[in-house]
Amino acid sequence: MTSFKSTLASSVVFAAVATTVLSAEDTIKVGVLHSLSGTMAISETTLKDTMLMLIDQQNAKGGLLGKQLEAVVVDPASDWPLFAEKARELLTVHEVDVIFGNWTSVSRKSVLPVIEELNGLLFYPVQYEGEESSKNVFYTGAAPNQQAIPATDYFLEELGVEKFALLGTDYVYPRTTNNILESYLKQKGIAEEDIFVNYTPFGHSDWSKIVADVVALGADGKKVGVISTINGDANIGFYKELAAAGVSADDIPVVAFSVGEEELSGLDTTNLIGHLAAWNYFQSADTEANAEFVETWKATMGDERVTNDPMEAHYIGFNMWVNAATEAGSTEVDAVRAAMYGQEFPNLTGGTAVMLPNHHLAKPVLIGEIQDDGQFDIISETDVVPGDAWTDFLPESAVLKSDWKDLGCGMYNTETETCVQTLSNY
Amino acid sequence: MLRLFFAGLAILCACLTANAQETGLQPILQEHQEIIAKSSRKTIKPAIDAIAASGLPQAQVMLETWAAKDMWMRKSDGLFFAGKKIEGRSYELTDFDTSEVVGTFEKSDLKQLKPNSGVRAMIGTALVQFQLTDPNRAKRLEALKSIQRDPDGALLVPVRASIDNEPDAYLKAQKQRLERLLTIGYDEDIAARVAAIEEMSDDLGVDVRAALNPLVVTTRKAATELPSDVNVALVLEPGSDTLPRAEAYDLLVANDLAGSRMSPGDIRTALAANIDGGRVAGTPVAQLNTDAGRTEAYNALAEAGSVPALVTEADIDAALGAHVFFETYTEPSAEVTAAAEKALEEIELKVGLNQMLDLMLDAISLGSIYFLAAIGLAITFGVMGVINMAHGEFIMMGAYTGYVVQQFVPDHTLSIIVAIPMAFVVTFAMGVAMERLVIRWLYARPLETLLATFGISIALQQLAKNIFGTQARPLTAPGWLDGAWVLNDVVSISYIRIAIFVLALTFLGLFLYIIKRSRLGLEMRAVTQNPRMAGSMGINPGRVNMLTFGLGSGIAGIAGVAIGLFAKVTSDLGSDYIVQSFMTVVVGGVGNIWGALAGAGMIGFLQKGIEWMNPSNTLAAQTYMIAFIIIFIQFRPRGIIALKGRAAGD
Amino acid sequence: MERSFVAKNPSVLVFLAILSLFTIAVTLLSEGFGIGVISTSFVKTLGKTLCLCLIAVAMDLVWGFTGILSLGHFAFFGLGGYMIGMWLMYERTRLIVVESLSQAEIPPTSTEVVDAIGTQIFGVVGSSEFPLVWVFSDSLVLQLALVVLVPGLLALIFGWLAFRSRVAGVYLSILTQAMTLALALYLFQNDSGLRGNNGLSGLQNLPGITASQDVVSIWFLWASAFALGMGYMLAAWIVSGKFGSVIRGIRDNEARVRFLGYSVEVYKLAVFTVTACIAAIAGALYYPQAGIINPEEMAPIASIYLAVWVAIGGRGRLYGAVIGAAFVSLLSTWFTGGQAPDISLGFYTIKWVDWWQVLLGVSFVLVTLFAPQGIGGLFDLWTNRRPPNRHGANLGPDDGSLREKEATE
Repeated sequence: MTSFKSTLASSVVFAAVATTVLSAEDTIKVGVLHSLSGTMAISETTLKDTMLMLIDQQNAKGGLLGKQLEAVVVDPASDWPLFAEKARELLTVHEVDVIFGNWTSVSRKSVLPVIEELNGLLFYPVQYEGEESSKNVFYTGAAPNQQAIPATDYFLEELGVEKFALLGTDYVYPRTTNNILESYLKQKGIAEEDIFVNYTPFGHSDWSKIVADVVALGADGKKVGVISTINGDANIGFYKELAAAGVSADDIPVVAFSVGEEELSGLDTTNLIGHLAAWNYFQSADTEANAEFVETWKATMGDERVTNDPMEAHYIGFNMWVNAATEAGSTEVDAVRAAMYGQEFPNLTGGTAVMLPNHHLAKPVLIGEIQDDGQFDIISETDVVPGDAWTDFLPESAVLKSDWKDLGCGMYNTETETCVQTLSNY
Repeated sequence: MLRLFFAGLAILCACLTANAQETGLQPILQEHQEIIAKSSRKTIKPAIDAIAASGLPQAQVMLETWAAKDMWMRKSDGLFFAGKKIEGRSYELTDFDTSEVVGTFEKSDLKQLKPNSGVRAMIGTALVQFQLTDPNRAKRLEALKSIQRDPDGALLVPVRASIDNEPDAYLKAQKQRLERLLTIGYDEDIAARVAAIEEMSDDLGVDVRAALNPLVVTTRKAATELPSDVNVALVLEPGSDTLPRAEAYDLLVANDLAGSRMSPGDIRTALAANIDGGRVAGTPVAQLNTDAGRTEAYNALAEAGSVPALVTEADIDAALGAHVFFETYTEPSAEVTAAAEKALEEIELKVGLNQMLDLMLDAISLGSIYFLAAIGLAITFGVMGVINMAHGEFIMMGAYTGYVVQQFVPDHTLSIIVAIPMAFVVTFAMGVAMERLVIRWLYARPLETLLATFGISIALQQLAKNIFGTQARPLTAPGWLDGAWVLNDVVSISYIRIAIFVLALTFLGLFLYIIKRSRLGLEMRAVTQNPRMAGSMGINPGRVNMLTFGLGSGIAGIAGVAIGLFAKVTSDLGSDYIVQSFMTVVVGGVGNIWGALAGAGMIGFLQKGIEWMNPSNTLAAQTYMIAFIIIFIQFRPRGIIALKGRAAGD
Repeated sequence: MERSFVAKNPSVLVFLAILSLFTIAVTLLSEGFGIGVISTSFVKTLGKTLCLCLIAVAMDLVWGFTGILSLGHFAFFGLGGYMIGMWLMYERTRLIVVESLSQAEIPPTSTEVVDAIGTQIFGVVGSSEFPLVWVFSDSLVLQLALVVLVPGLLALIFGWLAFRSRVAGVYLSILTQAMTLALALYLFQNDSGLRGNNGLSGLQNLPGITASQDVVSIWFLWASAFALGMGYMLAAWIVSGKFGSVIRGIRDNEARVRFLGYSVEVYKLAVFTVTACIAAIAGALYYPQAGIINPEEMAPIASIYLAVWVAIGGRGRLYGAVIGAAFVSLLSTWFTGGQAPDISLGFYTIKWVDWWQVLLGVSFVLVTLFAPQGIGGLFDLWTNRRPPNRHGANLGPDDGSLREKEATE
C-alpha cells in the first residue's frame, strides 16, 4: 500500500493513466479534461496538476466511500472538437463518475451536448461570461456578477472613474462581459460616448495605438479607467506598452479579469505596481488554509510555481464533490447532484463558499493591486456574492432564472413562468 | 532664509493649534476610527478633512505613512500606529504624536490599513497644503501630480501663493501652468478665466483639454419655449440629422412632455392582460399571431377604454411642433464658453495633425518590426529561393536565447549586449546545420522544402515547449529603454520601438554592405544566379549556400531578441510572425532587400490606416490587410519592386 | 476508349471493396447496431477520419496530380461545415423556441419567432440580431446547396484571380495560406455573424431526430464512407482520362503544356474548384460528427497538416492520400490521447504527449528526404515496380510524383 502511494506521488500523471487498465472495479474514476498541449496548455496544465495533487491528498486521507480515487487524464490538445470526443471517451470508455476540466468557453460549449446527452457531471473552474446553465455542469469559477460587476463598482465608487475603456480579446467571454458591462454602466448613468470598446486578436502584440487611444480619452477631463478582458499572452505586450507610455495606476487604473499570478510570472511588474485584478482568490490571501495549500503546491511542483484563482475553484469544487458523494453514499451523478445543493466548504481566502441551486458558488470578490514581486496585494473584499447564471443587466436575460433544485430548469422565464428549455443553450 | 520662514510658520501653527497639540493626532483618528479602518473613498472624506485641518505638524507624516500602506491598527484598542516589519510576522509600531516606539507586535494582533488608489488620491490632495512648500523637491513634485490628477478649486490659492518662492525652475513652470489651468476652471473673475483660456489655447496637453472640455459640456433639453436664464449653445430642429424625429419624441417622453409609445412587447402584454374567454376584444387569441391582427385587437381595446390609445404619427407631429429643442451649457458664463469653444477648435486641429504624426510613427514602428522579422527571410527566401517555414522558430530561438542569457547575466544592459551576438551564433549554427542536413538535398524541389521545414518548425516548437514550458518567459529590457520619447501629449513612441527601428536600419545597412561590397555577397549573388557557372569559377556553391542560409537565420535570431523585448517570449512566438514575414517579402518583391523594406512599410502603414478607420476592432484591420494583400498580389504578382530581366530568374 | 474505367483503374475496385468491408465491420462491432466492441466515440473518430481521407483525396488531386500545393483547402472544408452547421443550429433552436413560445398566452408572430431564435443563437456572444449571412438558414435544401456553392465560388474567384496572373509554385502556396488566414481571422470576428470564436456548436444533435448518438454516429459513418467512395471514384475518373494526362502534364512542365495549346489556367481552375467542392462536402460531413465548428479549424496550420498527410501517404496516387490521412490522424489521436506507453530512459521518461509533435516533425523531414513516395511507395516494393535507374540524372522537379512509372504504365 505504501509503495502504491509512493508510486502515485512520484509519477502521478502517468501512473494514473497506466493503472487504468490494472485496477478496474475497486476505484472511483475522476476524469481530468484539460489541454496538455496546444495554445491553452499554458493555463490548463496547471489545473491538471492541481487535480492530481487534490486526488492524491484525498487518497492519502483514505479515499472516498472506502475506495481509492483514480485520475483519468486525457489531452484534448486545445482542439475544441476534440474536447467533445474526449469527454465522450471519458464517460463511455473510461466510465468516470465526474469530470473536472475545460478552460475556454468554446471548449465548454463543445463538451456541453455530450455531457448532457450522457448525463455526466462536469466541474468548470474558470471565470466565464454566464448566460448559460446546464443541469450537468457546476460552475465553480466566477460569473460576471462575481467579478466584472464588483470590479466596475469599485471603479465607479472607489476610484471615481467616469470614462471607461473596455479592452478585450475578440472572443465570447470579453464580448459578453463587455456587453453586460456596457448595459450596466449605462444604467449607472455613464453616457454611451464615455465607453470606448476595442477588440484585439489572440496574442496581439502591437499595442501602441490602442494605449495612445486610451490616454487620449482623458481629454475631456473625466477620469479614465480600463477594464481589461485581454486574454493570455497578449497581456504581456499590453502591460509593457502601458509601462512604456508612463501610464501610472493613479492616472489610468487598469483592472484585469484574466490576469493572475501565472500571467504575471512572464513579466517584470515594477512598472505595473498599483494596477488591479479582480478574482475570487489571490495567492497572497493571508489564511492558514491558503498557506498550507501554497506550500503543498510548491512542494509538489517547484518553488517558482504560483497558485491562482481557477486552482482554488478546483479545490473547492473537488472537495464539495467529495463531501456530496459521501453524503449521498454514492458517486452516481443524480444522487451527487442532489447532495451538491447547499454544500458548504471553506474558501482558501477565508469564509465559506456555498453551492447554489443554479450550480454557481456564492463567494466573496477580491480586488488586488499588482506588486513588484508579481503578487497581488488584496485591497478590497466584498461580501459574499451569489453567482448569477443569467445576468440582470441585459434585458433578454434579466427575466431568466436558473434553479435546478426546485424548478428543475436552467432557463426559466419568470415573466411567462415557463421553462424555455431544459437542455442548455450551446 | 527659507528655513527661518518655516520656523516662523511652525511657531505660528503651534500657537494656533495649541489645543490640538495637547491631545495630538490619535484622538482625531479615534474619532473617525471606523471609517479609517474601512478606508473607502465614499466615506473617508470627513476623516481626511479633520486630519488635514488639525494643523498638526505630524499630520503630514501620518498621511504619508497611511498612503504608503504602512499604518497599522492595533486590534486590542483600535489605536493607529506607523508599522515597520522587523522579522517574520512581527511589526514594530511607532506612535505618530510622540514618534516613540510603542513596542513589537505579532501580525495577527494588528490590522494593516490599505487605502485604495481612490483614497490615496484624496490623501494626496490633503497633503498638497503641506507638500507644496516642502523643502524636499520630490514631495513638491508629488503635490503637483496630486493636483493634476484631481484639480480642485480650493487649491488655486495655495498654488498661486507657492509660485513665487519656488526655487526649482522646472517646478516653477509646472506650478504656473497648473495655476493657469485651475484659473480656467475655478477662478471667480470671468475676465481672468477668459484670459487664461486664451493663453493656453496653443497647448496640446491632455490636461488643457481636460480643463476646457468640461466648460463646453452641453445637455439636450426640450421645453415649450426657449428659457432666457440659461446659456444656450444650440437650438435644434426635430427631424434633422442631429435630432431625428424618434429621438426628439423620446426626449419629450423622458421629460414627461408627451405620452410614451407602445413597443410591440407592451402591446403583447396589454393583450395578454385582457384575454377574456379565449378572445381579446372579440378577436380569437389564435388570430393574434400577426402584428396587424394585434394592432387591430389593441385598437379595439383602446376604443373600449381598457387600455391607453396608441400614439399616432399625427400625435407625434403635434407634440414636436409644440416644443422647442435646444442644448445648454452647464457653464453659466457665455463669454467663458465662447472662449473655450474657440480655444478647443484651435487645439483640436493641432491635435488632429499630431495624431496623424503619431499614427505615422506607429506605422513606421510596426513596419520596422515586420521588416526585422522578414529580413532574414528576405535572404533565405528572397535571395536563395528557399522556403523556410521554420524561420519563425529561429526568431523564437533568438528570443529564448535572450531569456537564457538573462538568467546568467542579471544586469539587463550587459545581458542584452551578450544576448544579441549569442542569439546570432545559436541561430546561425542551427541554420547551417539545417542547410547541411535537410535543405541542400531539396534545392531542386522547392515545394518539398516548404514541407520539410514545416516539419522542423513543429518539432522545434514542441521542443521549446518541452524545455521552457508553456508559460511566457520574461525578457526584460534594460532600464534605459523603459519609457517613451514624448514629443507632446499626443505624439510619443516608446524607446524600445525606436531601438527596434534603429536595429532594422542597421541591418538594412549591414545587409546592403554584405551583398554589394563583400566577397561573400559577390559569391552569394553569383551562386544564386547560376550555381554551375559560379562553381566553375572556383566558388564553392555548397559553402556559399550554407553561409547565406546561416546569415539569414542568424539575423532572424537577433530579430527574436528585439521582438521578445517588446512583446512576449513563448514557444509560439514564431508562428505569429511567419505568415506576415512571407507576405512582407512577397508583397515587396522577392530577391530585393528594398522590396522587403517597401513591403514592410506598406503593411505597417496599411494596417495602422485600417486600424485608424475602425479603432474598435483591431482584428478586422488584420483581416482586411491580408485580403488587400491577396488582391494586390493578383495585380502585381512580382511585388512592389519587381526584378527585371535575367535576374528575375524563373 | 479501348479499356473500361475499371480495367484502367484496378485499384478503385480494391479500394471500394476494402471501404465497404471496413464500414460493415465497424457497423457490426458498434454500440448502435452491433455487439458494442467499438465505442461510439471511436466510431465518431473513424467517421471523421473517413472525411479527412476524402479531403486528402482532393488534396492529392490538386497537389499530387496538378502540382498546385494549395495550403488553403481546409478553408473550403471549414466553409462546408459552416454552411451545414447554420441549418443544424437554426433548425434545432427553432424547434426549442417554437415549443417554448407555444406555452405563452398569445401565439407568437413570425418575427417574434425569428427574434427569439436570434437571441438564443447569438445571445451567448452578446448580440441578438440575425446577420445577413443567415438568410437561407431556415431551408435545408438551400443550405445543402450552399455547402457546395459557397466554397466552390470562393475557389473559382480566388483561383481565377491567381491563375490568371500566373501566380504559381511557392507563391501560390503562400497566397492560399494567406487566404485561409484571412478567412479564419474574418470568422474570428464576432461581427462576421457566425458567432466568432465560439463558432457553431451542438451540431451532433440533429433537429427533430431522437435517435441516440450511438445510432447517429453509424449513420454518419455510412454517409462518410459513401462520400469517400464516390469522391475516390470521381478522382480516379478525373485522373484516368485525357483530362488527367493534361493536368499531370501541367504538374511536370506547365510551360510545355501551354505551348501545346492547352489553356492551362482553365484546367487548373477546374481542378482547384472541383477539389474545393469535394473538400466542402467532406467538411459538411465532418463537423456534425465533431459537434462544433469554429474558425480555429481553418487556421493555416490545418491545411499544412493536410499536405503532410498526403506527402506521408504518397502523392500522385489516390490510395496513398487515403492511407496517409488515416494513418497520421489515427496515430495522432493515439499518441495525444495518452494511450501510448511512456518510454523510460532511466534519466528521462519520454511522455508521448510532449514528444509526439517532435516525432511527427522529424519523421516528416525524414519522409521528405528519404522516401518522397511515402507509405504508398511500399506498394511499389510489393508489386515490384521500381523506378528506372537513370544513373544519377535528375528525376525532375517533383520526386514524389509518379512520373516515371506513369510513363511505363
